[in-house]
Amino acid sequence: MASTHAPGPAGLLTCAGLGKRFGAHAAVTDLDLTLQPGEFVCLLGPSGCGKSTLLRLIAGFETPSTGTIRLGGADITADPPHRRPVNMMFQSYALFPHLSVAANLAYGLSGLGRAARQARVDDLLRLVRLDGFGPRRPDTLSGGQRQRVALARALARAPQVLLLDEPLGALDRALREETQGELRALQRRLGTSFIVVTHDPAEALALADRIGVMEGGRLVQIGDGASLYERPANRFVAGLLGDVNLIPGRVRDRDPGGLTRLDTALGPLRARGAAAGEGVIALRPERIALSRAPSGDGPDLPGQVVETTYLGDRVRLRVRLADGTAWRVSAPTDAEAPAVGETVHLSYPPERAWLMPAAG
Amino acid sequence: MKRLLPVLPALWLAAFVLLPVILTLKISLSTPATAQPPYLPVLDWSAGIEGWGSFLEALDFTNFETLASDALYRDAALSSVTLAAIATAILALIGTPIALAMARAPERWQPRLVALLIVPFWTSFLIRIYAWIAILKPEGLLSAGLMKLGLIARPLEILNSQGAVLIGLTYAYLPFMVLPLYAVLTKLDPRLPEAAADLGAGPTRVFWTVTLPLARPGLTAGALLCFVPMVGEFIIPDLLGGSDTLMLGRVLWSEFFSNRDWPLASAVAILVLVLVVGPLILFREDEATEREAGR
Amino acid sequence: MRALDRIALTCGLGFLYAPILILVIYSFNASALVTVWGGFSTRWYGVLVADVPLREAAGISLVVALASAALATVFGTLAALALDRGGRFAGRRVFLGLIYAPLVMPEVITGLSLLLLFVGFGLDRGLLTLVVAHATLGLGFVAVIVGARLRGLDRSLEEAAADLGAAPARVFATVTLPLIAPSLAAAFLLAFTLSLDDLVIASFVSGPGATTLPMRLYSQVRLGVNPEINAASTLLVGTVTAIVLTASWLTGRKGSA
Repeated sequence: MASTHAPGPAGLLTCAGLGKRFGAHAAVTDLDLTLQPGEFVCLLGPSGCGKSTLLRLIAGFETPSTGTIRLGGADITADPPHRRPVNMMFQSYALFPHLSVAANLAYGLSGLGRAARQARVDDLLRLVRLDGFGPRRPDTLSGGQRQRVALARALARAPQVLLLDEPLGALDRALREETQGELRALQRRLGTSFIVVTHDPAEALALADRIGVMEGGRLVQIGDGASLYERPANRFVAGLLGDVNLIPGRVRDRDPGGLTRLDTALGPLRARGAAAGEGVIALRPERIALSRAPSGDGPDLPGQVVETTYLGDRVRLRVRLADGTAWRVSAPTDAEAPAVGETVHLSYPPERAWLMPAAG
Repeated sequence: MKRLLPVLPALWLAAFVLLPVILTLKISLSTPATAQPPYLPVLDWSAGIEGWGSFLEALDFTNFETLASDALYRDAALSSVTLAAIATAILALIGTPIALAMARAPERWQPRLVALLIVPFWTSFLIRIYAWIAILKPEGLLSAGLMKLGLIARPLEILNSQGAVLIGLTYAYLPFMVLPLYAVLTKLDPRLPEAAADLGAGPTRVFWTVTLPLARPGLTAGALLCFVPMVGEFIIPDLLGGSDTLMLGRVLWSEFFSNRDWPLASAVAILVLVLVVGPLILFREDEATEREAGR
Repeated sequence: MRALDRIALTCGLGFLYAPILILVIYSFNASALVTVWGGFSTRWYGVLVADVPLREAAGISLVVALASAALATVFGTLAALALDRGGRFAGRRVFLGLIYAPLVMPEVITGLSLLLLFVGFGLDRGLLTLVVAHATLGLGFVAVIVGARLRGLDRSLEEAAADLGAAPARVFATVTLPLIAPSLAAAFLLAFTLSLDDLVIASFVSGPGATTLPMRLYSQVRLGVNPEINAASTLLVGTVTAIVLTASWLTGRKGSA
């Protein structure tokens, strides 16, 4: 199986043709992923998309049904977890309840001498700002402190790749945002490659160099946040990263500016990107311009406001168009917002709309 | 309404658990007699409160002196505790891998495995021990099988020995060790052993440093559930043990049924209680704290 | 599944079942010698059916088991309710201790002490004393099983019923009782089997004319291995297995529904 895949660019960690079946259920299917040294990758997707299974395959808790995992050039597919130079920070932390914080941190350091181990534990405690917490039991710590112990424990063996399963999932909102910054800074400082699994798009955007979106066991798109937001591979990715209006149509031709023209229920519309035959335009609500009179730029789409929601920094509107569909429009609050029932004219810069294949 | 709930069961328990034990203590301090009932003094109902007074006042420590001075009872106590302790250790040794395997089995198998473990426990204790007689006797299946395999030259002299009693104890009490252990192990977060493996611990180190320490409450509960009733076990030493296998349960039985010495039998009962009271209190405290914690 | 786990399970279950299986197989042995196979036969079942004292003993055991299990279920459930709902009443710890004591107390002590009680109070030994003794033995088991179910109960269900206007008695009858019913059945079954199985306590507290099945079997077992007992055992094992399997099948179906 693996031989059918072209070797990707040389990276620190390479998964090639990776697949995992549980009985009849395919948790991960034909997945290729390359991680560069020092890179911070987020795996993003809803629960059950296979992102945690992928993490467990890399950590060695599951044996892949197909494919290989290579780390620094060596094939580690068959290595048991305790022989892999990768470590995992578990969701809800999996701190040993019967051991002190220091003993938790020292657990992975059994190869070191007593003094070296003690010194390393002290370093780790300082690293996560928990000096003096060594003798405490995990159940006496706050959620944020436990999270930091788990992180320090996973870093103790200086892994080449650190796997983090929903590392901030158990924290409350305020603490999560603060911790995102800390985690990012720590990763930069250590230069360790991180793979973080999350279901929160905002978290993925805040943390990662690259985001891999998973759906149904497949990696459907991987890239930096901007490319995923601006040029989603399919409806799923487009919807995952934020509100989006989807306009189906049939591809007609290309205009001189390189944009694709489509016939839609609203007439001919243009967008960037390519598709064969049927396509879908993804249009973000904040790209849409709204005015009371027809404007000169782009298409002119008249519609009626059916709902407005004031959100402080912006106003969200729903506008019913000629074909009966309602678009989401996000307008700045500085201008006076139209009222429900008012007729408005929508337009958008075609180079900010993205055309995707209709299927998938 | 809520306050009345405990009244009925409490009265029942007081009448049929607490009072009998107190009575046993009292009669262990009575004098044997050739009468019905065979002890003195007897509670005189017609004398009312005074009858109770004179019944409770008369204390005779002879029975405990007999227990202390006669080597028979000392040996029986010693061998009861020793056999129960050895059997408990064997059970811990073979019960742990079984409980661990059950807890690690696929989830849909687990209820069936538990049922498989319980079914023999629900079939007659007497019959299960009886089954071992046919296996262990010199012309029995074990000896016949081993001789056929050429492993032994002559039949094993294992029935009516301490070895047979140990086999019987291990066999009969295996579910009592496995089930509490399994209950703890199945609740153990599977990520904890995984985290240990992730941090470089091989399977052996994972077991000793993570799984076993976390399973200790189950091991303690299992050990006590086995040890306490084993100390007073009657059927197993009676059917599988030899005439030299003295265990307190058997001594009590023969004092009561053969010698009709009720006060001495009561004294033996009190001795058994004293031997197991430590573990019992431990067990109760354990259960109590667990119940409170579970609320 | 790991190979070691398979071995542990196979050996463990094999150890548990082999003696019972051997017993069952040899109950169909034509030979009177228990260890020599003389061909397939059901003759010992014939002998068993003709054994009048054994049948009488089985009848007594059944009556005692039914009566004592019913008593144990009522009092054990009350005890479980008291522990779960009664708050911190005075003597709760002692109460708890008295419930657990019969679970672990060596049977010889339970038997002897109950006998001393019955004799001391001038009660004639017989069916009644047997039922009381077995109900006391079963009570603790019932309290543990029902208590576990009560603790797992979602209290908001009862609160919802009360909120919808049900008086406490109606809440109990229409919500609590149906929810704990499977555990009551399991507890009754366990108390029933414990009574049916008990030899030691029965030997102390029963009198002439109230010989139970285990007492009868024991007196024969003492004389050595006997194919008729194998046949009786097989019937007993078969019955209990059928009950347990039905029970677990029923509760399993309930759980998945």
